[in-house]
Formats: sequence, C-alpha cells, structure tokens
Amino acid sequence: MQSKKGFIAELIEQRYSYLFIAPAVILFTVFILIPVVASFLLSFTRYNTISAPQWVGLNNYRDIFFHDPRFWKALGNTVIYVLGVVPLGIAISLLLAVAIDQKIRFKNFYKALFFMPVVTSSIAISVIWKWLFAGEKYGLINYWLMKFGLKPVDWLMSPSWTLPAIMIMSIWAGLGYNMILLLAGLQTIPANFYEAADIDGANNWYKFRHITLPLLRPTLIFVVIMSMINSLQLFEQVYIMTSGTSEGVGGVLDCALSLVAYLYDKGFQRFEMGYASAIAYILFAIIFVVTLFNLKVARSRFEY
Amino acid sequence: MDALLARTKRSLASTAVYAFLTAGALTMAIPYIWMFVTSIKPVEEIQAYPPSFFVHHPTLAAYKELFYLLPIPRYLLNSLFIAVVVTLCNVFFCSLAGYAFAKHRFKGRDKIFLLLLGAIMIPYQVNLIPGFIIVKKLGWLNSFYALIIPNITMAFGVFLCRQYIMSIPNDLIDAAKIDGCGEFTIYRLIIFPLIKPALAALAIFTFLSQWNSFVWPLIVIHTSAMRTVPLALSVLNSQFGTDFSVVMAGATVVTLPVLIVFLFLQKYIIQGIKMTGLKG
Repeated sequence: MQSKKGFIAELIEQRYSYLFIAPAVILFTVFILIPVVASFLLSFTRYNTISAPQWVGLNNYRDIFFHDPRFWKALGNTVIYVLGVVPLGIAISLLLAVAIDQKIRFKNFYKALFFMPVVTSSIAISVIWKWLFAGEKYGLINYWLMKFGLKPVDWLMSPSWTLPAIMIMSIWAGLGYNMILLLAGLQTIPANFYEAADIDGANNWYKFRHITLPLLRPTLIFVVIMSMINSLQLFEQVYIMTSGTSEGVGGVLDCALSLVAYLYDKGFQRFEMGYASAIAYILFAIIFVVTLFNLKVARSRFEY
Repeated sequence: MDALLARTKRSLASTAVYAFLTAGALTMAIPYIWMFVTSIKPVEEIQAYPPSFFVHHPTLAAYKELFYLLPIPRYLLNSLFIAVVVTLCNVFFCSLAGYAFAKHRFKGRDKIFLLLLGAIMIPYQVNLIPGFIIVKKLGWLNSFYALIIPNITMAFGVFLCRQYIMSIPNDLIDAAKIDGCGEFTIYRLIIFPLIKPALAALAIFTFLSQWNSFVWPLIVIHTSAMRTVPLALSVLNSQFGTDFSVVMAGATVVTLPVLIVFLFLQKYIIQGIKMTGLKG
C-alpha cells in the first residue's frame, strides 16, 4: 500500500517524524559518523593540519607496532592501570555496598560522602591529590606514612611511583559510582533467599558466596565493563599529575604515559594527526575486544 | 546464654560495619577538607611542620590572588552558560527525537536508530581528531559554538528518552489525535510531562558532564577569555602549581558549587546517575 506512494509524498506525510529526529541525526552525522570514518581514513595518512593529508598506507600502524617504544610504554602503563584499578576498585566498592546494605543508620550520609568524587571535576580531584601526594614534608600522605614508621615516598617525582599514585587516586574516585550500582544490584536480591539460608543455618560467608555473588553477577559484569572502558581511557589524571615535570604529558621517562595521553601528545602537541588517528583506532579496537571478551565470559557460565 | 552470645556477636558485627564505613567516609572527606583548609591557610602555615588541619590565622589571600591572576567570574559564567544551554538543548532535542523513534512509523526508522545506538559504543577519542578538524574548518575554534553545538544532542539521551516513551500507552496518543492535536502538541502536552523523571536524569547527567568536561575544551579553546573552569584549573596547575594555596582555592571554586547542589539534590542525582548508568 505504502510502496505505491511516491518518495516525496511519503516524506511530506512523515514530515514531523523527520523534523523531530533532524537535530539528532544532523549532529550525529557531522560530529560522530563523519569523524568515525574520517578518523579511520586519516589513520592511513600523514597529516599535520597545514598541508593536505598524504596517503601512507599501513605505515602508521607498522611504525606503532614495530618502531615505537613510547606506544608500548603507554600500552603497558594502561594495562597495569586497568589491572590494578578495576579489580581493587570493584572489590572495595562491593565491600562498601554490602556494608551499606545492612540495617544501619545514616545510610544517605555515607552514600553522599562516597558519591562526592563522581560529581567532582577530575581536574579538581587530580590537583587535590597532587597536593596530598606532595613530596618533602608538606604532603599529608607522606606525613602519615612517616607517622606509621614508613619511609616517605617521592610519589610524583619518581618514575616508579607516579602510576601507583594515580591508581590510588582513581580507586578512591571511583568507589562511589561502583558502590551505587552494586547497591542497586544487591537490593534486587529477594530477602527470602537469605531467610531460607538462615533456616538451613548458613553463616554469613556462605550466604555471600552462594547467594549474593551469583545473584549479583549481572550487575558485577556491568560494573566491570564500565570500569574497564573508563580505565582504558585514562587521560586527565595523567595530564594534571605529570604537568610541571619538564618532559611533558606522561611524566619523567613516560612513567605514567597512558594510551590517550600518548594520543593527545601525538595529535595535539606534535600535530601528527594521522599517527594519532591510528592510535585512536587501536584504542577503539582494544576497548571493543575487551568488552566482547567480558560479555563472552559473562555468558559462558551457567545462568541463574 | 545462646541468645546473649548471638546478640554480642550481632552488635560486634554491626560495630565492625560502622567502623569500616566511617573509616571509608573519612577517607572520602579528608581530601576535600584538606583542599579547603589549604585554601584559607597563610603561607607560613602551609609550610609549617607537622601539617595541621587547624588553621590559626585563616585568610582569603589565596582567593584574592586567584581572582587577580585569572578572570575567574568570566570562567564561571562561561562554564555555567555552556552547561545550561547544552542541558536545555539535550532535554528538548533528545526527547523530541526519542518520541519519533518510539511512537512514529517512518521509513528507515530502525536503521537510523541502530546507527545512533552504535554511536554510544564509540569511545570519544576516535572522534577527537576529525572533530577538531571539522570545528577548525567551520571557524569555530575559540568560540562558544565549538563548546556547545557538537554536544546539543547526545545519542545516549535519545536512547534514554525512547526507552521511556515506549512505555507510554499508544491509546493516549491516539485519543489526542482524534481530538485533533497536532504532532507537536502531542509531544508538548502528553509526552513531555510523562517523561519528566527520565528528563531530570538526563539533565543532571548532561549538566554534570558539561560542567566537568575537560578534553574537548582543552583541544578547541586556546584563548584565555573562552576558558571553562576546569581548563582554568589546569592552567593554574601548570603555571602556578607550586603555589598550593592558590591551586586549592581554584579547586574549591570549581568543586564547591557542584557539591552544594549535590547536597540538596542528592537523592535525584544518585538516582539519575543510577538510571543513566553513566558518568561524565
């Protein structure tokens, strides 16, 4: 019936629909669809924004994988960061969520405190922690380390401690967000599961291991995926924490250079836009594969 | 005896829970307290050893210097203007598109929607370089256009609105049509009021992510007058990073407005972030 109508007639009849989606579709086309394709094409070129892009085939990718120690350093740092921040951050968040889920008072007060960093600018968080991590005797963290009889650490000046410092800060900053999601997951577990276990005389650990964890699986998987995607995109924290060291984004000896920091350095400091686009696509591929892998692991075990 | 033991055990457990949460809460609060305390300390006290949370002679000197070094009111206005305009646009355009995708039948609807959905999965870094080039070609560098236009409808917002609008019964819309309501009137009188909870969540999420946005402004803004507050804080950090009281005063200026709003709207904000499942 509809196919008999002309294309124009159809457009006119459905004009409101097209009008309503027009702003979204136009913006999507100009600022997402075209850039995604352009970025892919640019990754096969050499382009410095001044002269026209020059086609170089797979050279950028070859250079990145075989002749670029900075890329491998950035990838290594990012992997270390993800492997540290994701499991530790989620484990602590889960403990907090279970604690807040108990019958306690001041629930909202605790929730609010843990949630503060989620609404705080990551730049503000980074400068605050930069001050907390400060060396010599003024830094609060070092002062407390010494109070407990430990050696002070030159957190942001020594290449081996910069990345761990950023990881500690990120775990702190992510707790509230993960906790709120996990708490929502905990609250969907029916109370009668626990009551039944109580009747069977199960202890708390048994209940956590055999009721809470399995039923929390979908939420946990979601939190792991979100947390991994976020961690793989580490940038602002590195940008702020390593500024002031003379060597630019990434810090002394690139000790905290992340993939996105490297992308920024190549693209917007050195204006090697083609090369930076290739890094962006590699990051895209990594995020894609990691997320698929997570979903696959999620599906592989039995469902509840 | 057994009952007593059980009760002691329970109260021990609850003490442990409180102790754990309170330790955690302190860990969350201390950086903020330290930020504020540092911002009102005179120089001698910042360099004093041991570091102390008590301020003997509180001073606003750091704030005065901050406002002297950088045009902070201008930056606050920039950030506020951008965040408000982007938020209003998102609420309007996303719900409008969401309505069409949820309730209209038109050619290509599902394909276009799938494409939009795909956009949510793409990390923003992929679009950064071509986005910069497009904005540069349009002559928008160092302008509000660059900071506002690319953000006025998020694919994610369209998705959220569509999901919400799907649950509105079609009868409601059909009845309005029979009464002679036009499409826009239906949107305005039926759809918009019914999806307010989703729009509140979308508004909160958009406002926060715009207020705290850093990477995009960093790339498209190079003039002092157009900076947003996070950019200003970053400049402060790189140029006056050793003057901790001034940097902490800057951090306080960025953080405090959001924290105050958060305290009042805490329930809605947490609900909103939970609903959107995203962070900035």
